[in-house]
Amino acid sequence: MNKTFARSECLTDAPTHFCPGCTHGIAHRLVAEAIEELGIRDRTIGIPGVGCCVFLYTYLPIDVLEAPHGRAPACATGMKRAQPDKIIFNYQGDGDMAAIGTSEIIHAANRGENITVIFINNSVYGMTGGQMAPTTLLGQQTTTSPYGRNFQTEGYPIKMAEMLATLEGVAYSARASLHKPKNVIQAKKAIVKAFEMQINQMGFSMVELLSTCNTNWRVSPIEALDVIENEMIPYFPLGVFKERTGKDFL
Amino acid sequence: MTGKKLTKGNIALAEGAIQAGCRYYFGYPITPQNDIPEYLAKYLPKVGGTFIPAESEIASINMVLGAGASGQRAMTSSSGPGISLMQEGFSYIAGSEVPGLVVNIMRCGPGLGGISPTQGDYTQAVHGGGHGDYRNIVLAPASVQEMFDLTIKGFELADRYRMLSVILADAMVGQFQEPCRLTPEKPVVIPDKPWALTGRAGRDQRLLKSLYLGPGEQEAHNLDLQRKYDEVKKNEVMCEEKLLDDAEIMIVAFGTPSRIAKTAISMARDQGIKVGLLRPITLFPFPERQMLHHSERIKNVLVVEMNTGQMLTDVRIHSHKDAKISFYGRPGGGIPFPNEVLNEIQKALEK
Repeated sequence: MNKTFARSECLTDAPTHFCPGCTHGIAHRLVAEAIEELGIRDRTIGIPGVGCCVFLYTYLPIDVLEAPHGRAPACATGMKRAQPDKIIFNYQGDGDMAAIGTSEIIHAANRGENITVIFINNSVYGMTGGQMAPTTLLGQQTTTSPYGRNFQTEGYPIKMAEMLATLEGVAYSARASLHKPKNVIQAKKAIVKAFEMQINQMGFSMVELLSTCNTNWRVSPIEALDVIENEMIPYFPLGVFKERTGKDFL
Repeated sequence: MTGKKLTKGNIALAEGAIQAGCRYYFGYPITPQNDIPEYLAKYLPKVGGTFIPAESEIASINMVLGAGASGQRAMTSSSGPGISLMQEGFSYIAGSEVPGLVVNIMRCGPGLGGISPTQGDYTQAVHGGGHGDYRNIVLAPASVQEMFDLTIKGFELADRYRMLSVILADAMVGQFQEPCRLTPEKPVVIPDKPWALTGRAGRDQRLLKSLYLGPGEQEAHNLDLQRKYDEVKKNEVMCEEKLLDDAEIMIVAFGTPSRIAKTAISMARDQGIKVGLLRPITLFPFPERQMLHHSERIKNVLVVEMNTGQMLTDVRIHSHKDAKISFYGRPGGGIPFPNEVLNEIQKALEK
């Protein structure tokens, strides 16, 4: 019998702690496959943020540094400058990057730090129980926006991929989604591209992944996929917002 | 820069860092420590080092965490308000046992306060600041020479114990100039770091983390840390004991007040009052044994600080139970004059 699919050697067989229906597991698999395909496992160091992603080291058998909430881009800066030959990546959620860590992500991107950032946007604080995040959609009910997010009092959802794409230091900024097989394939391509940018010393690279949090959205896993399709993508369009093709910044 | 030269405290510290093998500096401007980043911005690149003008002190300390986790000697420097912002990072560095060096050239507070010398950050540096059950090594230079030597020592201790070393100096020590030997007392040796995150080539995965959720895991981690801190307390106490053999009263002071106390001591001795000095050089570990030993015989203890009484608490805890402890402090940028200290010596003896 032909083997057409196997678990990446960069993914452990540990059962994940993610809720059933959560697409974090897919994101982990894609990162693991990208690391394996690029042949960089032995020189890659991961720095997860605080939140559901914090157990990255349980699933990816690589060196891992735990960063304070939102500070992963600063930790990655120190690490990449100390070890420019290593591949350093952050794996951050939307509370981590788009709220408490906006300063660190913007300045790491603006300095053009040659690091890769995987950004999980599920529009809520997942691990703490589904509170409103800067990425929460207008009208979306969460435990701390029980009447729905109102732009007059909570402002608009923040578009990180577009915002970071405006910075000169950014080599690659894209948004993909994990809700359909076709999108998963596109997400994988974006993740590989982001790591290639770092390998080729092109500068800062970031992939935003629209991800489900069916537990905190209070919907079924299948309904959560529809939420991404019908509610998230119209506000957070998929695509590549910046892609540097040559070292024109030099 | 080598040999003996008239040098400013902050510059001696920065040069000490380079000679200690520190090649990574991350920092945000704040008075009165700007000479340190300015010197390192100029000279680190000349030795293949990296200087990053960070976006905040929060970023600075996390860059130290990242470079330290890579096994490199890394540092940042700041003053009061910036050090407050770093406390989150202090706690994570302690929890994940990453070495690093932070310099606090203290300015007065609370709040924006002022830029004059003070020792108002003793409690923050020695007894916490960040969350959780942790300690930092805290070194208190009182001269330009010690700014150089204790910086090298700080990196050495940080690596040995995988802890943060804090250089706690007041703005006076940072800003004044003295002759300084700008060569290390002994050759600098940077140890192997078999825990550093360098990629898992040829070995198993390594982690540097502070999250322990399993039953009993965090308690075990805390107890491990405590055992390490006990080792530091046992092995690394440094203090100056001056003219204590015949003393009837002992001044306890660190940093600039210890220099002022020395002048007051010679003034007092000219009058026939036998005064000695116990100067903690390490604030953590505090010279507990020496404090108890001397206060057992010298019952009169005068603590002099440039604050409202912070080290005083530690002196009280570690003095002999019969010791009579007085305090003289000048907060908010006030600097005690030698005649003020002499006056306090006389008052303490009359009690």
